Amino acid sequence: MSVPVSATKEKKVCYHCGLDCNSTKISVGEKIFCCNGCKMVFELLAANDLGQYYDLNKTPGTTPPPEGTTEKFGYLDDASFQQQLLHLSDGKRATVVLYIPNLHCSACIWLLESLYKMEPGILRSRVNFLRKTVSITFDQEQLSLRKVVERLASIGYEPRISPEDIQPEKDRKSRRGLYLKIGIAGFGFANIMLFSLPEYFAGPGKIPPEFTRFFGILNILLALPVFFYSSWDYFRSAWYSLKSRSVNMDVPIAMGIITLFSRSIFEIVTRHGPGWLDSFSGLVFLLLLGKLFQEKTYQTLSFERDYKSYFPVSVIRVSGEKEKSVPLSRLRIGDRILIRNNEIVPADSVLIRGKGRIDYSFVTGESETVTKVSGDLIFAGGRQEGSAIELEVVRDVSQSYLTQLWNSDAFKKQGGAGITSLANQISKYFTAIVIIIASLAGLYWLFVNPEHALNAFTAVLIIACPCALALATPFTLGNVLRIFGRNRLFMKNSTAVEQLSRVDTILLDKTGTLTDTKKINVTFIPAPDKQPLSRDELCLIKTVVRHSTHPHSRRIYASIEPAVYDGILKRFEEFPGKGIEAEVSGHTLRIGSAGFVKGEGNEPIDPGSAVYIAIDGELKGHFRLNIQYRKGYTRLLKRLGERYKLLLVSGDNDRGKKILEPFFAGEGAMFFNQTPFDKLKLVESLQRSGRRVMMVGDGLNDAGALKQSDIGITISEDVNSFFPACDGILDAGSFSLLPRFLQCSSYGMRIIRVSFVISFLYNAIGLGFAVQGILSPLISAILMPLSSISVVVFTTVSTNLIAGKLGLKGYYGFKTNNS
Amino acid sequence: MNVLLLLIIASLLVAIGFLITFLWAVKSGQFEDTHTPAFRILLDGNGKSVDKNKE
Repeated sequence: MSVPVSATKEKKVCYHCGLDCNSTKISVGEKIFCCNGCKMVFELLAANDLGQYYDLNKTPGTTPPPEGTTEKFGYLDDASFQQQLLHLSDGKRATVVLYIPNLHCSACIWLLESLYKMEPGILRSRVNFLRKTVSITFDQEQLSLRKVVERLASIGYEPRISPEDIQPEKDRKSRRGLYLKIGIAGFGFANIMLFSLPEYFAGPGKIPPEFTRFFGILNILLALPVFFYSSWDYFRSAWYSLKSRSVNMDVPIAMGIITLFSRSIFEIVTRHGPGWLDSFSGLVFLLLLGKLFQEKTYQTLSFERDYKSYFPVSVIRVSGEKEKSVPLSRLRIGDRILIRNNEIVPADSVLIRGKGRIDYSFVTGESETVTKVSGDLIFAGGRQEGSAIELEVVRDVSQSYLTQLWNSDAFKKQGGAGITSLANQISKYFTAIVIIIASLAGLYWLFVNPEHALNAFTAVLIIACPCALALATPFTLGNVLRIFGRNRLFMKNSTAVEQLSRVDTILLDKTGTLTDTKKINVTFIPAPDKQPLSRDELCLIKTVVRHSTHPHSRRIYASIEPAVYDGILKRFEEFPGKGIEAEVSGHTLRIGSAGFVKGEGNEPIDPGSAVYIAIDGELKGHFRLNIQYRKGYTRLLKRLGERYKLLLVSGDNDRGKKILEPFFAGEGAMFFNQTPFDKLKLVESLQRSGRRVMMVGDGLNDAGALKQSDIGITISEDVNSFFPACDGILDAGSFSLLPRFLQCSSYGMRIIRVSFVISFLYNAIGLGFAVQGILSPLISAILMPLSSISVVVFTTVSTNLIAGKLGLKGYYGFKTNNS
Repeated sequence: MNVLLLLIIASLLVAIGFLITFLWAVKSGQFEDTHTPAFRILLDGNGKSVDKNKE
């Protein structure tokens, strides 16, 4: 409900952060600011000659936190904590990598890399834009880590500090290794090709023998690193696979590579022929490229987070009159802690002082906040809404209710185990058939012409090397992964895409997944024979609810047009669990539950989600606060219901049952009041009955189920914020695209099957030459790359066409035909 | 024809030079962030955000 306000002639925005600021009078010269914080940042930058910040981008800033919050960085002085964060180069210099959620534009990069102008102790700062990190090297004699962080916070770039978030070392190393391998293989391939061409063009025997010899030696030298370094991973993987008595795709590849290489060396050394070293190195090069393509990683996203990264890294400990910020690991039973508005309770504790209003929605799925009074136990993970509270810790962080979930078996099993990809399933038969054909060809020639026997046997192994086959999966899934990414579904890896296509059962969480916890629909319903609220009345209400921290008050406050709340508050009294009585500008207002506003005895019509208003004793009506379902949820549920078994599993009570019932067919399709353990158990029992389960959830309460399910998708409003460990992260804005993603993944698998057929066709042609013992290096040099390239082209074009057909944004900018 | 052998070796050496440059570039971390430098080059007056205290 909003009141139309006369349209402002000109939209005024804060010079620093770009927020609307019609009513503020904070300004410097002609530049206006929305708050003192923004003005301070501006002045600070201007004083340090960093005004260029505002030329690079309009309103580049973010509102800095209010003053007086610096105490919260006190834990950064803790030595053990520093040890985790700092990389010391020598006694004086330290480097720290900090994650900056607010980093968003080129002006940010410029400012953060110009920090040294502002703070002489900072020697160097380097931004990684995609990772949203800044690496700062500073002089420890002039600055402390705490000072650096406070400086960043003061200009609106408060880092989010969590030691777990910044550990990308391993991943980076392996990627480096892959680049090196590709470089070496590419180098070998190009040069060997060059030295092989004379032979191909001139025909056998036309080149002077000393040149053939010379090229042969060079080729061997070039091929050695390709064999021993670039293709090493394939040998290792094949070896492990054989050792565990299975056959993965790398087994026939390794077989082909080894045969190719050793036969080529043999032929060159014995002067039988030029060998196949060009085919060999080209093969390795293409395979590695496929690997690189498959490994699309989302650098800022971590899929392995657990409750620890949801918790704060520090908490304010109160001892006597003193408040000190300490790292969470230092928290002991019996400690008194202070939790402010919107902070998370890190350990099970008892409320000592203050009014607790705990939001457990993320932890349990309950959508209503819980009121706690002193003496009540508060579980870890709850978020305090309202004024600060003081608590006494009764259980260690690691022993708390929430943490127990992580001791469950689901979190101990290795992810990815037991998944056999389509390619690996096929490779078993493929390898067997290839060996049979090779042996048959060898045996045949053994009787007909023994000289040809070994030749034919190895030729079959070479030509059947499943290069195209091995490329079909990474390129298709890599493409699908990228298409998903462009449509804001971020999958952990390409295996997850394949898993997605096999799903037959979908479990949906309610709170935060089907509903949007941030958006509550507020509508005012006038009492019978009453007018809608006038502007003046709204102004009175807004003035009152402004002073209350109850979530309902805040939602009503937010729903009333921003500019109106200049009533004069005389008296304000809040009755917990009932409502507010207040006197504003000469009027008496009662706002709250039906019983409170209309007098005792009146049954609430709409419990829990209606706020009644009475002005000067006259009932005006009530605000209805409706939980809002995500846009397009009906269509989504209908479409999913057509193809999959749909189940609802919610930690909340059955409030939304009526609305959702039509979509979840049959008995036992909807579960309410489920604990995190119940959800996990439900997934397990479904899997035992042979179902492949996808869990879609959002909070910590879904974490167990997300982990246990074959594929877990997390919905997040802001993909940079916290979400539990999962296989994929779906941006809330793309929620309605979920059925299309599922469809796209199964189309992707179909594309892979077709590519397999294409590569089998090429193999059949090659085998025709091979069994006759007439496979020349030239034929293989043409056939092998040709088959690989046609598979790559086919998969790329078809995945993008399908994305377009499904109305998803294609990876290569293909225009979609659907909105 | 011998001069051809010499040229081939010379060309191979040049190619090896490029390979070494590539390997160095990978090792020094140039492939880790391919996005930020694209912005950085457009920010003038900031070509060197490096160590002003370093001699």
